[in-house]
Amino acid sequence: MADGTSVPLGISAGRRHARPRPGGVTRLLRRRSTIAFLMASPLLLLILGLMVFPTCYAIYLSLLNRHLTGWEGLSNYSFLLRRDTFRMVIWQSLFFAGTAVVAKAFLGFVLAHLMNNIPGKRQRIWRGLLLVPWVIPEALSVLGWWWMFDPSYSAFNWVLTHLGLAPVAWLGSGWIARICTVVVNTWYGTPFFMIMYLAALKSVPETLYEAASIDGATWIQRMRFVTLPLMRNIISITMLFSLIVTLADFDVVRILTAGGPQNQTHIFPTYAFNVGIESGDIPLGAATSLFMLPILAVVAFFTLRGVNRRTKETAA
Amino acid sequence: MAIGTRISRRKALTIGAAAGALPLVHIRTAAAAGKVSVGFWDHWVPAGNGIMKKQVDAWAAKNKVEVTADFITSVGNKNLMTIAAEAQARTGHDIEAFPTWEVHNHSQSLEPMDDVMKELTGKYGPANAVCEYLSKIKGQWMAVPSSSGTQTKPACGRISAFKKAGMDPTTTYPAKEVPTGEGADWTYDKLLALGPSMKQQNLPYGIGLGQTSDSVDFAGGVFAAFGATLVDKAGNITVKTDPVRQVLDYYKKLTPFLAPDTLSYDDASNNRALISGKSSLIFNPPSAWAVATRDAPQVAADSWTFPSPAGPKGRFIPYLPYFWGVWNFSRNKTAAKELITYLMERPQVEARANAVSGYDIPPFDSMDDFPIWSEVEPPKGTVYNYPIRKWHGSTPHVTAQEASPDVAVQMYNQAVHTVMIAKYCFQNQSMEQVLAWANNEIEGYMR
Repeated sequence: MADGTSVPLGISAGRRHARPRPGGVTRLLRRRSTIAFLMASPLLLLILGLMVFPTCYAIYLSLLNRHLTGWEGLSNYSFLLRRDTFRMVIWQSLFFAGTAVVAKAFLGFVLAHLMNNIPGKRQRIWRGLLLVPWVIPEALSVLGWWWMFDPSYSAFNWVLTHLGLAPVAWLGSGWIARICTVVVNTWYGTPFFMIMYLAALKSVPETLYEAASIDGATWIQRMRFVTLPLMRNIISITMLFSLIVTLADFDVVRILTAGGPQNQTHIFPTYAFNVGIESGDIPLGAATSLFMLPILAVVAFFTLRGVNRRTKETAA
Repeated sequence: MAIGTRISRRKALTIGAAAGALPLVHIRTAAAAGKVSVGFWDHWVPAGNGIMKKQVDAWAAKNKVEVTADFITSVGNKNLMTIAAEAQARTGHDIEAFPTWEVHNHSQSLEPMDDVMKELTGKYGPANAVCEYLSKIKGQWMAVPSSSGTQTKPACGRISAFKKAGMDPTTTYPAKEVPTGEGADWTYDKLLALGPSMKQQNLPYGIGLGQTSDSVDFAGGVFAAFGATLVDKAGNITVKTDPVRQVLDYYKKLTPFLAPDTLSYDDASNNRALISGKSSLIFNPPSAWAVATRDAPQVAADSWTFPSPAGPKGRFIPYLPYFWGVWNFSRNKTAAKELITYLMERPQVEARANAVSGYDIPPFDSMDDFPIWSEVEPPKGTVYNYPIRKWHGSTPHVTAQEASPDVAVQMYNQAVHTVMIAKYCFQNQSMEQVLAWANNEIEGYMR
């Protein structure tokens, strides 16, 4: 077996006496698992340095007092949960991430189907065009949206005014501002869903649809009994991935509203920045940002469990 | 063969003697007195960085110190991130520019600067009270108030609009010394009284109720002018008091004359409102006027900077200083302190003020006589009243300064004042609901 530990017989037989037996280190280095570990080690180092260490450091910071001089235990967390403003931040974070992910998934699903039905070259053109929002750096595109929402000089209000309607305080009124942040995040993230779903759609065997058609299945039945079951895993994984990214989406909220009006659009990362960096309470900021962790852990657990179960069922 | 490389006893003694004598010869290179790195604030006015670099280079050449100057922007709070990162890592620049609250936030990582301040105050008199409040901790100066980036936020109004409304700011506050009390009738009641005329002229006040600095600074000045403090000197919460109620009621009367987007104002909104000719009055440093000289010269020529209105308890001008501090992990504290001292000497401060058209406000009252503020135009003398003059009867002020700085910084950055006003005036919450909310918030800041 060519497992990296054996040597071809013809060569070793002739030189058995001339060559000393490899030492322990050499044998260790020749093992396939060692080589695999060494080749993966740059990535492991990156993960350790950029993910594991900052997470552990954030946990450590969140347990300190404001001046980073003493141990506070979990009091930063319990303090946050007692604050009206922070409870609003939790609610807004869940609203923002939940609505934006569902909207992106729905729109991405619809667009992927529309795209899948466009033939050949034209599909490539449309695919390229629809990917544009996702390709532009988020901070820049959000600035563009911010200019359009700006109450005094915005394009939207210019149109409304010319239609004889009253201008709207897009970013100055609680619910409207909340919805604006969701809209911008949806605009930015939908192409990701679209491209993932399109790839999944292309992998569904055409024969299944043909069989369903022969059985007299309607469009809805084909969708329900063929497309969705085969796409469930990719839908779950995409939504989980998007939830993680959306919940941590600093740019949209920071640039559009900076958390206002009256803290109503703050989500975990923007509020963490506000209390941690701007207000000089780094432990409280760390605790705020870590509130995402249990939420995401629970969602990830159930999503990945579902994916694993379905994968095993398919394999069986 | 090893003969060629062998060192004889005589040769070894010679090398040893030469090495021993080297410090006595003291060859002065460009970095003979070490290295200093500085994280300056990246000035809004482009010429501000150039003059700073020039001054630093001159000092470096004279003192044989190798100085590295970085200009760190405050856009996106990058400077705050840098400060936090350097404090955590305990490495980075030797000197750092600290905006308003950051000296207190990082005082434990800073080197006391009493020796520098002793020298500077000995020459130029005391620094103002806001600087002392923000930088003197437990009796020690932890950073030196700088002029670079230090600003006040007085009124900047459209002369024509004010004249139409019945007040001429150029005569009330001309570009020269006037008897104290000349502008006594420029009050918050007057601001209210002029409101209908401004509204009629379609030039609402560009006063924000957002959660960023400009909105918070103005609101803090109004609270102070009404004697409304949210915390008293003993640290007790004093939200539920009559002066606070008066301020909220005052704002309710004022909001009809504010720009319709007041709730979503950020620190650029008021500038844009003035420059685009959509507002009669903003409260800002002369940066809006400076941009208008380029983009809207007719607006710039019609703008005049003058003090904020007065309230029952006085006239309070928002004052936001920058500081230069030296990290206690700096490797060249002596040179760092010498550089700061040099940069805060009158000739250097004046040269920098000239380069930025008077944007920078020195922390020492004795430096308020630079001619630049009289010379800048159009119109001539437009920013003469930008520094706080003795005859203005004004007090420099930073929002929430009635509280201890570690509480005040949270009140300031979480915009308690403007959120209270917005809740009361726009969310239709009752006075008692708003006061209860503020009480609860501030209780949290005091944990």
